[in-house]
Amino acid sequence: MTFNIDFLAWRRIALIFSSVFLILSIGSWLFKDLNYGLDFTGGTLVELSYPDSANISEIRQTLVLGGFEGAQVANFGSSKEVLIKLPGTVSDSLGSEIVSLLSSSSLDQEIDLRRIEYVGPQIGSELRDDGGTAMLIALAFMMLYIAFRFQSMFAGAAVIALIHDVIVVIGIFSLIQIEFDLTVLAALLAVIGYSLNDTIVVSDRIRENLRSMESDSTHEIINTSLNQTLGRTLITSLTTLLVLFSLYFLGGELIKNFALALIFGVIVGTYSSIYIAANALIMMGLNKDHLKVEEPENADENLLP
Amino acid sequence: MKRYGLWKYLLILLVLCFGVIYSLPNLYAPDPAVQISYTSSSQTADTFLADKVKELIEKQNLEAKIELEKDYVLVRTNSYQNQLIIKDILSTAMINDVVIALNLAPTTPKWLMDIGANPMKLGLDLRGGVHFLMQVDTETAIKNRQDGTLQDLRRRFREEKIRYSQAGVESDASIYLKFNNPDVLQKAEEFISDNYSQFNFPLISDAMSLRLVLSDVEIEQIESDAIDQNLTTLRNRVNELGVSEPIVQRQGKKRIVVQLPGIQDTAEAKNILGKTATLEFHLEAQMDTPRSRKTSYPYRNGMGAPAFLQDAIILGGDQVATAQASFDENGLPQVNITLDGEGGSKMHRATRGNIGKRLGVLFVEQKTRTVYERDVEGKQIPVQESYEVKEIISLATIRAALGTTFRITGLDSPSESSELALLLRAGALAAPMTFVEERTVGPSLGADNIQAGIFSMILGLLLVLVFILFYYRVFGIAASLALTFNIVLLVAVMSILSATLTLPGIAGIVLTVGMAVDANVLIFSRIREELNKGREPLEAIDAGYNRAFLTIWDANVTTLIVAVILLSYGTGPVKGFAITLSIGIITSMFTAIMGTRAFVNLIYGSRKNLERISI
Repeated sequence: MTFNIDFLAWRRIALIFSSVFLILSIGSWLFKDLNYGLDFTGGTLVELSYPDSANISEIRQTLVLGGFEGAQVANFGSSKEVLIKLPGTVSDSLGSEIVSLLSSSSLDQEIDLRRIEYVGPQIGSELRDDGGTAMLIALAFMMLYIAFRFQSMFAGAAVIALIHDVIVVIGIFSLIQIEFDLTVLAALLAVIGYSLNDTIVVSDRIRENLRSMESDSTHEIINTSLNQTLGRTLITSLTTLLVLFSLYFLGGELIKNFALALIFGVIVGTYSSIYIAANALIMMGLNKDHLKVEEPENADENLLP
Repeated sequence: MKRYGLWKYLLILLVLCFGVIYSLPNLYAPDPAVQISYTSSSQTADTFLADKVKELIEKQNLEAKIELEKDYVLVRTNSYQNQLIIKDILSTAMINDVVIALNLAPTTPKWLMDIGANPMKLGLDLRGGVHFLMQVDTETAIKNRQDGTLQDLRRRFREEKIRYSQAGVESDASIYLKFNNPDVLQKAEEFISDNYSQFNFPLISDAMSLRLVLSDVEIEQIESDAIDQNLTTLRNRVNELGVSEPIVQRQGKKRIVVQLPGIQDTAEAKNILGKTATLEFHLEAQMDTPRSRKTSYPYRNGMGAPAFLQDAIILGGDQVATAQASFDENGLPQVNITLDGEGGSKMHRATRGNIGKRLGVLFVEQKTRTVYERDVEGKQIPVQESYEVKEIISLATIRAALGTTFRITGLDSPSESSELALLLRAGALAAPMTFVEERTVGPSLGADNIQAGIFSMILGLLLVLVFILFYYRVFGIAASLALTFNIVLLVAVMSILSATLTLPGIAGIVLTVGMAVDANVLIFSRIREELNKGREPLEAIDAGYNRAFLTIWDANVTTLIVAVILLSYGTGPVKGFAITLSIGIITSMFTAIMGTRAFVNLIYGSRKNLERISI
């Protein structure tokens, strides 16, 4: 595949597009908040499997009569599986109580217990803090590594792209109110890794072309680099999306949101490595002079295949 | 084109063999099994036990293989149904002195086990089981320690003839002592500095009173002792429950993780694990016992008026050597207790001089309840708080001096007596614990998760393979082989590290498949570019590999940084994902670069005047 697209002609439009999306994401995050899962809110969750279709309203009624007024009851994956949630509860025995209540109220049916989860209030906020810390540390280390291997402008551009990706994916989760739990958080960190992968490949080519191309126009050099790497960017995104869709459809209910977060992340990450990272480099005024310092490339020569 | 040294081919071959061999054990499905071991750890499984098990199973005509392992007898069955039947048969026939646990016994052939090849461990989300996270209430441990110290102080003050007017433990766990005269206070202060080292010195004092505050070092010591003792007790209790491959581990400063694979009755497990019940033996208070040294307790069964017991403890549950539940001559539940040597002599000393008086057995239990407190913003927040319940289970006249063995009656039911016996055997918790997290996965969900994980992995791999074969042809073959090789290697490394595979871990493998291909895409795109520039095929291959290398290196190192941070900060699902992702990145560097290069060289390297390559 060879391309000759003038990406940067679109950069102002992309900038407006991204800004709108970022504002929308942050706005939604602030006002609608995320639909936090049990991991972060604390509470109790019970998943049960009925031999035939489960009667949700009957279950709900049994629970209300049994004293569980705030219980949220819904099908999970199929009509036989039922998910019961009691967010924010602080007793660790509610799960077993629900199971025995429902088992005794449906004597003719054998209910299979799929899982019980209980997360105490202090754990919920701790997990949230740890997740945030992990993300900040990851971003800091990325910046250091890129600054060391490339140059500080590349580091800045990459981190801007990463923050953009994370905010947009969180924004999407907030907008469509998909449950945000620990696995989604892990996915978000994987998005950082993936998007960075993309950004590095592009940056690497920009750096190489800044040294080798005769043109003095950073604009032109970056555009050529983007075109040269576009084929690879698309193919890798495609193969990754292939496995992610396979996870989304076959990986089971517990992995669904994880796969979804990554699917959004891969799409946004691919976009950001073209438009955000490269755009940031131009806006920061990158030019050939910035790369005059000798790179420590020779040090890696013995690692060559 | 660069020649590819023989040693590189050999290295690849070697790694390939290694990968295949060490990932092989994962293909052998484990047998549902039952394992039987003696309760006491000093007694190891022997042929006697094996024969007894064999006899019981043969009586029922069930198909099973009985093996004598180092610490236990293993009964392999061919179905989960038989596994449960055998467990029931054995547990009704052999009640005492053995622990019966369900297990999944690996079927790895001996030659593989001999070279240390074992299957990966499966996480609870894949095999079913319970995960508990418990927080140790160390404040109670500190308070208990101060109570003990105060009791000791009172005795020694009496011996030293230091007269105090009031003494007690405050809610902040400091001891206060009040005196009637400053000279006595000074004497007491000197005595404490000479004999006790655990407090902050100089002691806080005013004209008539002293306040003893524990030093930070001492508090830390008490906390860590409490957690250590709780760990030991929990391990004992878990063993009593009969679980194979349990995990009982400290996590962070005040928490303990317990993982019990295969357990389904979580209510029972929680009941046993979290119970802080223990016994205390006190003499009944006499009429002349001062009010400050006696306390009134209700009866556990609710019968009879509360009775006063002396505050001094003769001995506690920690000096019980063994305890067995049984029935007395009237068929009522009782617990037969044997004390250790020290406990025996303490009991003897205390009862010898008090024949005719009554000995009270106190049942002490720490419970937790939820109370609502206001936080800084005035919002009501639920807080778990622990409190102590002390009830009399028996108050009987001492007819003769007691020794190391005696029995306790007055229990409500056989289940209470067997639970009490178990708790006494396993030891008491030094501090109460609250369950802060619980995750139970039923066996059916575990099986579904494995199936879903494997399906999605196979489909994902196939989709990617088809795509790259179609897109890169001969080079696609190289990349496909490398990808498959990568999964084999990843599984082999996971098996060797005996890392635990979880559902998010499988997701990590799947994601690795998608991303590992990136290295090859980078290389192949580069080769195509070089070809387009008009280079000779072999030169283009060389240039492609060389130029893409640094990019791949940088891209993978940065992803690895993320994975390692996930590994160190993450818990549960995050960790499982990070493990496979990190290993996958490392193995993929090898397979995608060296592996494909070797393959390409094998095909094209020896041809002179090569004009076209299929890429």
